[in-house]
Amino acid sequence: MGVAAGALPRAQTSPRIGRGRATLRRLGFWLALLVLLSPVVLVFLWMLSLSLKPAVENTAYPPIFIPRNPTLDNFREVFANSPFGLYTVNSLVVATASTALSLLVGVPAGYGIAKSRAYGLAAFVLVSRMTPGLSFLIPWFMLFRYLGLNNTLWALIITHLVIGLPITIWVMMGFFEDLHPELEEAALVDGANIWAAFRDVALPLARPGMVVAAILAFIFSWNNFIFAVVLAGRETRTLPVAVFNVLTFEQLAWGALAAAALIVTLPVLILTAFVQRQIIVGMTAGGMKG
Amino acid sequence: MRRTGSSYRRRDKYLRFVVPALLVIVAVIIFPWVFTVFMSLHDWQVASPRRWVGLANYANLLEDERFRAAIGRTFVYTLLAVVFPVVIGVAAAVVFHREFPLRGLLRSIYILPMVATPVAIALVWTMMFHPQLGVLNYLLSLVGLPPSLWVYSPQTVIPSLVLVETWQWTPLVMLIVLGGLAALPVEPMESAVIDGAGAWQIFRDITLPLVMPFVMVAVVLRTIDALKAFDTIFTITQGGPGVASETINIYLYLQAFSFFRIGHASAVVIVFFVIIVACSLSLLALRQRLRWA
Repeated sequence: MGVAAGALPRAQTSPRIGRGRATLRRLGFWLALLVLLSPVVLVFLWMLSLSLKPAVENTAYPPIFIPRNPTLDNFREVFANSPFGLYTVNSLVVATASTALSLLVGVPAGYGIAKSRAYGLAAFVLVSRMTPGLSFLIPWFMLFRYLGLNNTLWALIITHLVIGLPITIWVMMGFFEDLHPELEEAALVDGANIWAAFRDVALPLARPGMVVAAILAFIFSWNNFIFAVVLAGRETRTLPVAVFNVLTFEQLAWGALAAAALIVTLPVLILTAFVQRQIIVGMTAGGMKG
Repeated sequence: MRRTGSSYRRRDKYLRFVVPALLVIVAVIIFPWVFTVFMSLHDWQVASPRRWVGLANYANLLEDERFRAAIGRTFVYTLLAVVFPVVIGVAAAVVFHREFPLRGLLRSIYILPMVATPVAIALVWTMMFHPQLGVLNYLLSLVGLPPSLWVYSPQTVIPSLVLVETWQWTPLVMLIVLGGLAALPVEPMESAVIDGAGAWQIFRDITLPLVMPFVMVAVVLRTIDALKAFDTIFTITQGGPGVASETINIYLYLQAFSFFRIGHASAVVIVFFVIIVACSLSLLALRQRLRWA
């Protein structure tokens, strides 16, 4: 474990002055922590607070932070006014299918690149990381129009591969590189072909990497707004687009807006609470983001 | 000798694993690129037939005041949306590198903005920015500051949007730098302590130079993401008020999907991509220089 810069000098100062300074230093440290965390907590709690308050309390000034008459009416209103259930299913289908396809295609690709050391192929990952999502959309839009795929979930699943596939290849490449090759070599010597060595030896060992890739691909697909806002129709909207529409139609229905926002983002936050280790591994390895 | 030969052949065999991914990449990523270049050379509205115009779209673009203003705005936005998250993110990494009670839990809370759905977050900020009823102006009044118009005024809209971007993406910088801090050797710091160096001195002279490669990675990623920023700007202002927050990406969206000027918008895509690549490459070159300095 490394030693933090701020933690060191305590050893140097004399015990008496040291104690006073150490207390001051500790106070400063917790203050810094408070400054860092309070904006994060404030925004999420404010979202929760808005979603649980009736309209009168939401538009009160000065603002009411803790709901006086907590209610679930805002959530009922969201589901009553638009087919949020359908949009939730859409989001789940798109995120699950595009993640599954990304893994199906991307895990072998990561293995192939790591084994053949064909890193030129990995360059496309960087290029797709640099490309604004919007710039794919014009040709896709034209193509899907031509194929009659606009307003279908397939259009979204295919386009979300652009988010999931690079993440998967990048993460898996790293994992397969770190894997010791001896076990596969042994399998090959025993007469297995490279496909069998991959399937029976490397793949089971790389399961943690697949979990990381799957979580990131799923979250970024779930959060994606730009592809669906252009390609989805009334029936195929995903949750982020549905929430955006609530905004355009109900400018001042803050309770409903916050409830809709919470419905979209809460699943991701809960998922994060359980798998934060994998998210940190993935995000720092690739610095990826959709 | 035979062994190297066979292992070389085996390396080629492994390329088969990449074929399915390559097909997907060609269909979903390469084809759009080629098609975009093709479209950018035509006068093309969605419903009407296309007409070859050569480089006319690019020429028009150079003369388009609105586009040039969007480029300037994008650079201002990017500069702010790199500097703030990187400075705060490095500080946050130093804080979270220490051992303290509840560290794991507090770190999990701190990274939540990064995984939260951007549209949902943007929506909450929109309500917080409200000049009369918003909670931000109330908080300002508590500490005796005058209210702001936030995203409702051309003067404050860009800094306000940067505030949201900073809130959301500082945790990513923190994680990258935190990874760097964890990998640091302990010896230089131990000897600095023995030499009687202060905490700030150690940070400035030893810790910061050592984690600089990680900070630069964060700078490059932040630059790319800030140039590409779309979700929050589009949700909160859609480029407004007027065109005060119309960055290249928003301009591109309006040209393509509000005005359906496909050829024109394709030229924007190409120019935009050149800008992003140029920025990333110059930052990477800078990183190389720093490494050898």
